[in-house]
Amino acid sequence: MSNKMHIKLNVNGKAEEFLAEPRELLIYTLRERLNITGPHIGCETSHCGACTVTIDGKSVKSCTMFAAQADGKEITTIEGIGGPDDLHPLQEAFKEHHGLQCGYCTPGMITRATKLLEENPNPTEEEIRFGMAGNICRCTGYQNIVKSIQAAATEMNAAKEAAE
Amino acid sequence: MKDEVTREERVDNLKGMGCSRKRVEDARFTQGKGNYVDDVKLDGMLFGDFVRSPYAHARITNIDTAAALEVPGVLAVLTAADLEPLGLHWMPTLAGDKQMVLADGKVLFQGQEVAFVVAEDRYAAADGIEAVVVDYEELPVIVDPFEALKSDVILRPDTVDENGKAVDGAHGPRNHPNHIFTWEAGDKDPTEEVIANADVVAEEEMYYHRTHPCPLETCGCVASMDKVNGKLTLWGTFQAPHAIRTIVSLISGIEEHNIRVISPDIGGGFGNKVGAYPGYVCSVVASIVTGKPVKWIEDRTDNLMTTAFARDYWMKGKISATPEGKITGLHCHVTADHGGFDACADPTKFPAGFMNICTGSYDIPTAYLAVDGVYTNKAPGGVSYRCSFRVTEAVYFIERMIEVLAIKLDMDAAELRRINFIKKEQFPYTAALGWEYDSGDYHTAWDKALKAVDYDGLRAEQVQRVADFKAGKTRKLMGIGLSFFTEIVGAGPVKNCDILGLGMFDSCEIRIHPTGSAIARLGTISQGQGHATTFAQILASEIGLPADSITIEEGDTDTAPYGLGTYGSRSTPVAGAATAMAGRKIRAKAQMIAAYLLEVHDNDVEFDVDRFVVKGAPEKFKTMKEIAFAAYNQAIPGIEPGLEAVSYYDPPNMTYPFGAYICVMDIDVDTGVPDIRRFYALDDCGTRINPMIIEGQVHGGLTEALAVALGQEIAYDDMGNCKTGTLMDFFLPTAWEVPNYETDYTVTPSPHHPIGAKGVGESPHVGGVPCFSNAVQDAFRAFGNTHTNMPHDHWRIWKTANEMGLHD
Repeated sequence: MSNKMHIKLNVNGKAEEFLAEPRELLIYTLRERLNITGPHIGCETSHCGACTVTIDGKSVKSCTMFAAQADGKEITTIEGIGGPDDLHPLQEAFKEHHGLQCGYCTPGMITRATKLLEENPNPTEEEIRFGMAGNICRCTGYQNIVKSIQAAATEMNAAKEAAE
Repeated sequence: MKDEVTREERVDNLKGMGCSRKRVEDARFTQGKGNYVDDVKLDGMLFGDFVRSPYAHARITNIDTAAALEVPGVLAVLTAADLEPLGLHWMPTLAGDKQMVLADGKVLFQGQEVAFVVAEDRYAAADGIEAVVVDYEELPVIVDPFEALKSDVILRPDTVDENGKAVDGAHGPRNHPNHIFTWEAGDKDPTEEVIANADVVAEEEMYYHRTHPCPLETCGCVASMDKVNGKLTLWGTFQAPHAIRTIVSLISGIEEHNIRVISPDIGGGFGNKVGAYPGYVCSVVASIVTGKPVKWIEDRTDNLMTTAFARDYWMKGKISATPEGKITGLHCHVTADHGGFDACADPTKFPAGFMNICTGSYDIPTAYLAVDGVYTNKAPGGVSYRCSFRVTEAVYFIERMIEVLAIKLDMDAAELRRINFIKKEQFPYTAALGWEYDSGDYHTAWDKALKAVDYDGLRAEQVQRVADFKAGKTRKLMGIGLSFFTEIVGAGPVKNCDILGLGMFDSCEIRIHPTGSAIARLGTISQGQGHATTFAQILASEIGLPADSITIEEGDTDTAPYGLGTYGSRSTPVAGAATAMAGRKIRAKAQMIAAYLLEVHDNDVEFDVDRFVVKGAPEKFKTMKEIAFAAYNQAIPGIEPGLEAVSYYDPPNMTYPFGAYICVMDIDVDTGVPDIRRFYALDDCGTRINPMIIEGQVHGGLTEALAVALGQEIAYDDMGNCKTGTLMDFFLPTAWEVPNYETDYTVTPSPHHPIGAKGVGESPHVGGVPCFSNAVQDAFRAFGNTHTNMPHDHWRIWKTANEMGLHD
């Protein structure tokens, strides 16, 4: 197909510009075009959340959004949340509380959790379970994911208080 | 040398067995730096995908690939006709049957692989698939195994001779062209006699529905044929990479040393990734044809519709007892729906897996089991979804039969279990269907569980609830689900367990580096179980080097020793044993080195945590770190330099983990929604290596059990259309539906395993399914329910309530 579109994205703070077919899905852009392989493909129907990224401050499942729809937007993936030298408290907490097993859902799970805690810094267990219901994990049974998010929330609130 | 560190601190420093060591895998996974098969990218890599059959049973009269080859980016389209000259249009299955790689004249299930389109990227492949024209001639569809055994429609032309008579199959005579095998265990006539003359007999028919392991990562591979060196490298989601190498060699004719199979990080397996699939074969062929690497990755619909269903057992049971409730006999017949090809992933001599563990945890003197495998127009598979081979079916069967018998006897189901348990002093116990249970202490576990939940109090509450319901004070019923399970895992002894002739031993190879760190490689492969963490803990305790100084590597057949892989909870029972044994070889050599360095006789030193000490003089010692260095820098008379060991472990028996689960559920009869109020899980997996990981395995296994019991199924309509091909229809629980679980344990070490461990990953699934199901069924017991089939989704629960007149 020749009707390529000119798309500009900002991914994890880096400007990207390319030509793509209108049908190119954002997850494909990230994984295949930009080699950002943290977000995974689990269902391609918006159910599992393995492909979750943050777009202009909202959690989005990148498997069912066209790259063209993300034109001009800011995108954050797990790679932009924290690395070896600056782990996000959620990344620490998932390690500390056994919040993952096979790791396939983890990037989407943590990416979603960053938004959840931004929207609600003191969530109850029920609010965490509801707020994370768009992300499926087949390994952990969620109990330790909930625990990890609770621990990260506590940690982040304490850090915020200390800073104030 | 003065030792300032206490012995306790030295133990802690090792992070050996028994501690909740944090996982070493998690750094990469939490940062999005896992390396799963779809992350593998090679120069010039192509992408392959399938044209799939929309029909469940049809003759193929023509395949026209011309238009597809005109699609920009499409390089090749493979059909059975292309594979036939290579002898690759069919492939052997793990169950002794054969399976079409690409449709050879007909299709046997919806979604079957018909042609393989190879293109520059996924979009071009999808365009190419659209352009392939296949002419189908529909044939009568059979989705019911009972109908299949009566039908004149012969599904598989290779099952009959020229007179149309059924020929013998891989597991003996067939009694109908659509019949695959009959497999029996136990004593038929004595069992039937005991049941015929018994005071009390309970009978039940139950369907354990078809479902699917559905790991979050689907199956896939990348095949790369290097024509210059003649080497094939195959990355893939393989739970058994070494077996895959052997299979690829056998069917392709490429010598095994020229094949390297790599299982990178695997995003969950649960049995889905044990078998060999057409996608692997086609990717290899496509790479040979094009000279380029070829990737194939299933989408979710492909995954649910074609690779590796589980269960689909129609089970008919009879159980007899004395009026006091002592069980005297058990009879079980299974009609097993295997779909279009028998692709079950069981040890070769066990076409129905270990279904003959169906006497469960009970001392049942006489029993008989027969399983008939049947072809239908459904997808092939029959894998062990988070369980040892067919053990989930067996445990569900017996745990339902116990409940049905309790109803017949008007007895409490917990008490009925208690009076029939195999007693501690009876172990090792040989069951009526042949297995020798290695160890157990069921009464202790059961009493602990009942006490933990205040069982009597729960029953009293339930009686009150029924009274309140009848008085119109509540619309919620209360169900108490009980389950006591015995697993049979760790396949297995080479004398009776093999897959395609490959003995089911496993292996570990250790290299100690001069500075006292190490690498160990195993024949297994983690799919999330945390092997890199736990196997290092076993070694730390065995060889006295810190777990943090030990790298564990699996999944590369060029470097790891041969092993049969990870499924059936066999990693700890078999490879874990190999790890301990290899560690002991290291220790034996270290002892000689230590004795030399300390200038005493070998027998005058003993191992103590992280060192060898002179007996009676603990101030004289050499640490393992010192010994490791000496192994590389000293010429020791009579001892080769270096410190390495390899062990291939053939287990003398299976291991038999067990557990006691109790679920308390409130069910809204007007909506059919069950609310799980409490779930208590006691597991006895023998010696505990990492309590944190055990607990995580239990949470996960229970959640997969919840899914299967309460809604997850692969369903077909009469035309053989798969009705559950997306996650919209196929139930995977979210955080919202899942309760918190209470975990508990007892420890009954396996007497034959070097460290006494039994395996735990699958226990919660095996024990959890009947527990959830029993809770639903128990809620309706007071209204006359004896059995309803799973999955107990809201609609079916509502229907049960409706049929019992509870909406009147």
